[in-house]
Amino acid sequence: MTVTNSTKSPEKLQLTITSELAASVERAWQLWEDPRQLERWWGPPTWPATFEDYDFQPGGEVAYYMTGPDGSKARGWWKFVSISAPTNLELDDGFADENGAPVTEMGQARMSVTLEDRAGLTLMTVATTFENEEQMAKMLEMGMEEGMREAMGQIDAILAE
Amino acid sequence: MVVDQLSENDTDRLFQAFSDATRRDIVRRVSSAPFSVSGLAALYAMSFAAVQKHVAVLERASLVTKEKRGREQVVRANHEGLQRARQLLDEYEAIWRERSSRIADILAEETEQLGDALP
Repeated sequence: MTVTNSTKSPEKLQLTITSELAASVERAWQLWEDPRQLERWWGPPTWPATFEDYDFQPGGEVAYYMTGPDGSKARGWWKFVSISAPTNLELDDGFADENGAPVTEMGQARMSVTLEDRAGLTLMTVATTFENEEQMAKMLEMGMEEGMREAMGQIDAILAE
Repeated sequence: MVVDQLSENDTDRLFQAFSDATRRDIVRRVSSAPFSVSGLAALYAMSFAAVQKHVAVLERASLVTKEKRGREQVVRANHEGLQRARQLLDEYEAIWRERSSRIADILAEETEQLGDALP
């Protein structure tokens, strides 16, 4: 799979990213519908995600945490805004405290997912709109850990040549 | 890394600035052409003073610059400031690129297993 397109709108704090998946729309839907599959790709290897409660229906809530390299847990919540299987889902994503209660002052991000059939392949579009900088910065920290490792791995490979 | 480069206050100011619809609209407009504060005030159903406040918030976040020209104050986009917001989005994009490649791995694994199962 490849990311085929991404559009950034700094003035709207919005990122839209489109990927082409080598799978049917029904198969791609399972990546979101099944929390065990979601766990395999949501967090980077250094910050794996564990989804505890997963109520996959409109208005349904999700409790998850990501475990950092030092064993610390970062908790988060989702709330499904709308679900229209197997092509559309919309959810709000935010941070939670150690008891799983939403940390409202940190804001939330709205994610809108669309799956489209493209001759047997699936075009997956995820539009994320942020409303708060702290939450965004924290998400970035988690993702960067992995980026650093990958970069270091690449350097190692180059040196080994 | 970009988050480290920006001080926390800078980031706060930046996102606070973008958190308001009028301010986002001002940024969009002055990105294409400079506007005077009174020119902007004529566009919104709010007082000159209110618009001036919005411009001040944007100025503190380094998203626009304000310059006195005669009796007018001319507002322009600060492209460097906008560039920093874009950098933050770039970082987020990188996270999604990594997720995409993990999904590809999951799907490829299945195809392989399917292939193994075939006679």
